[in-house]
Amino acid sequence: MTRHYSAFSLVKEGLAGQTGWQQAWRSPAPKPRYDILVIGGGGHGLATAYYLAKTHGIRNVAVIEKGWIGGGNTGRNTTVVRSNYFFPESTALYDMALTLYEGLGRALNYNIMLSQRGIVTLAHSEAEMETAARTVNAMQINGTDAELFGVEDVRRVLPLLDMSPAARYPVFGGVWQGRAGVARHDAVAWGYARAADRLGVDIVQSCEVDEFIVEGGRCRGVRTNRGEIRAERVGMVVAGHSSHLAAKAGFRLPVTSYALQACVSEPIKPALDTVVLSPATGVYASQSDKGELVLGGALDRVPSYGQRGNLPVLEEVISGLLEMFPSFRQLRLMRQWAGIVDVTPDSSPILGESPLPGLFLNCGWGTGGFKAIPAGGTLLAHLLATGKHHDVSRPFDLDRFARGRLIDEAAGSGIAH
Amino acid sequence: MQLFPCPFCGPRSESEFHFGGEAGNRRPEGFRAVTDGEWAAYLHERDNRRGPASEIWMHMTCGEVFRMERDTVHHGAVRSFALIEGGGDDGLAH
Repeated sequence: MTRHYSAFSLVKEGLAGQTGWQQAWRSPAPKPRYDILVIGGGGHGLATAYYLAKTHGIRNVAVIEKGWIGGGNTGRNTTVVRSNYFFPESTALYDMALTLYEGLGRALNYNIMLSQRGIVTLAHSEAEMETAARTVNAMQINGTDAELFGVEDVRRVLPLLDMSPAARYPVFGGVWQGRAGVARHDAVAWGYARAADRLGVDIVQSCEVDEFIVEGGRCRGVRTNRGEIRAERVGMVVAGHSSHLAAKAGFRLPVTSYALQACVSEPIKPALDTVVLSPATGVYASQSDKGELVLGGALDRVPSYGQRGNLPVLEEVISGLLEMFPSFRQLRLMRQWAGIVDVTPDSSPILGESPLPGLFLNCGWGTGGFKAIPAGGTLLAHLLATGKHHDVSRPFDLDRFARGRLIDEAAGSGIAH
Repeated sequence: MQLFPCPFCGPRSESEFHFGGEAGNRRPEGFRAVTDGEWAAYLHERDNRRGPASEIWMHMTCGEVFRMERDTVHHGAVRSFALIEGGGDDGLAH
């Protein structure tokens, strides 16, 4: 049986007719009791289980998932990883994630196809250039890489961008983060799943929570369609469905669920080798390794649990892209889809113990959960293992809403949501 | 393009409407009586229901605010009420 992935094992299995590959993870029936139970088999949930086993040595852990692993927002995002936020708390969090991403392929023995091709956030006016300079200063002071781009720098990295005087949105420059890039989203989920499984974690798919077991005012586990599962501590990592499960646990969250859509074009030869984001046109785009242009934009402004997008936003995204890159006009779209994202009032995540003791939260990532997977997993694992906050997760506790200590990245870094 | 029913203008394109929050989110009254927790709950906590929901919307072209019953899963806009009709159960000031 071949377990380890390497050039050697590729050659060996190639000669042996690819018959010896071991299943990447098991499909065990859930046990009645675990030390720690994680609800939600997306990237954050699987990463939590992996770090519980790897960092904290807690291996009697299960991840339960109502569908299939990585089938929610982990498989629906635009694969961008970056840490270009404004506040020090956010930089500590997202830079932890980006740094972990940089070593993740090796740590998991799974090629996550990380490509640090850089991201440029365009500035379309003098005023936006001033804001861009402020952002660059903040990022550098907070200890991450950032560079202020002028017109010529933008032209160098985006030769196809319409920078003519007739352009609807003239370009003045932008914010560059060279360590940002893209990673293969499915591979992140599968890599964590495989590595967690190897450390003894049970990954149970098609297992949906019906209700929480609450005894003595404490969460003791869950009842599912596959039976009762008890645990000392429970982590809830279910993104857009956080409010739905919170209602079952008897509390409300400062979260509203929206659809965030994305689409891909037919594959073309390499034409765009960075990630580009334009706040004015409301579009971000990159090109996948297969050659498809991957496009995303703003939220649908209608609260939703239906995993599909609406037409007005799709129109806006596509017309915005064509405004920026007229040469993409002839491309055809191949696929369009949406994920349900959990948006908080300050566009920052929620990490910490819930109002129901014993139940811990990792939610509220809104439109930016994928980039944070390694950090979200590390921090929730720390909370579940120790019952206490990591220094990096402390500011993101649910208590910030009553204390008024919001970390308002919508205002800080200008992300739309 | 989905059509939403405005109680004053009839069915109109969804892009003419602006989401104004959940119906029934009543502002706590009385300065001393309101704790941090209550105030935070009013400002930030939401039911965020999956399925049938009751919401406040504004039809931006006519400027009227109204209540709409809508399903957040299949997106069906069931019906809408002028606030004066929906009065009793929408939780807004009358």
